[in-house]
Amino acid sequence: MPERPYITCRELIEFLHLYLDGELPPDRLVEFERHLSVCDSCVHYLSTYRKTISLGQAACRDLDVPVGAEVPEELVTAVLAARRRSS
Amino acid sequence: MTEAGSVSGGAEDRERDLLRRLKSGEELAFERLVRDQGGRLLAVARRFLRDEEEARDAVQEGFLSAWRALDRFDQGSRLSTWLHRIVVNACLMRLRTRRRRPEEPIEDFLPRFEADGHQVLHPTPEWEGSAETLLARSETRAIVREAIDRLPESYRAVLLLRDIEELSTEEAAQSLGVTENAVKIRLHRARQALRGLLEPHFRGMPSC
Repeated sequence: MPERPYITCRELIEFLHLYLDGELPPDRLVEFERHLSVCDSCVHYLSTYRKTISLGQAACRDLDVPVGAEVPEELVTAVLAARRRSS
Repeated sequence: MTEAGSVSGGAEDRERDLLRRLKSGEELAFERLVRDQGGRLLAVARRFLRDEEEARDAVQEGFLSAWRALDRFDQGSRLSTWLHRIVVNACLMRLRTRRRRPEEPIEDFLPRFEADGHQVLHPTPEWEGSAETLLARSETRAIVREAIDRLPESYRAVLLLRDIEELSTEEAAQSLGVTENAVKIRLHRARQALRGLLEPHFRGMPSC
């Protein structure tokens, strides 16, 4: 049986999330890895895609505040008043 | 019992006591809950809504919804987790119903391909340094947050739910009222677009 042709960059990038989540069927996985072994562009794309996820998480988590962090007094007053009205 | 275990046990006892007082309608207990959790929940709502007034309204709605639903609270989960979920849902409702703001089409940030399926920019440049190295620069976090804010709303919401709030695909699909497959595709496009927005800031010289 003739070997299937390499997948293109477009196909690899379109289904990259399935590759990263381990959801590619075995024959597609072989094609992905074969493409990545010869395409620096897609290797860089994969690397920068992973960095994007890490950067997004780190930049947003910075804004997290712990339980007990100060809450604006006007908000406390508004919530308590709204609860009384709704009771 | 370890020290950590006893601290955790103490926290559980305090939460059980707070819950009992809340269910009996004690106003001071409700105020305690608002003061303990309000700041954290407001930070979450600001992230989704990017508007201080709307974020405060969503937190207020969240506390009221929680108050009304206290009888249905599952004692097997944490009060803070439950409240977090309620406030995220309040934010999503607001995102769904508020007037659309002008947005840049996501296609502008996605990779482009030649007719033969190769990337237009060939080779794709690697970025300078690891994520940790980039994060060590003072301006990186602001650049990333601004880029996330530029994403179209429906993509930004999925990115926040999955990558930041760490909901599962199934949970995100339920929260957004879409299929799991739609969540997967939207998340992938959101990450691709975010990558495209960050690239001009972080790319170095092509390595080949």
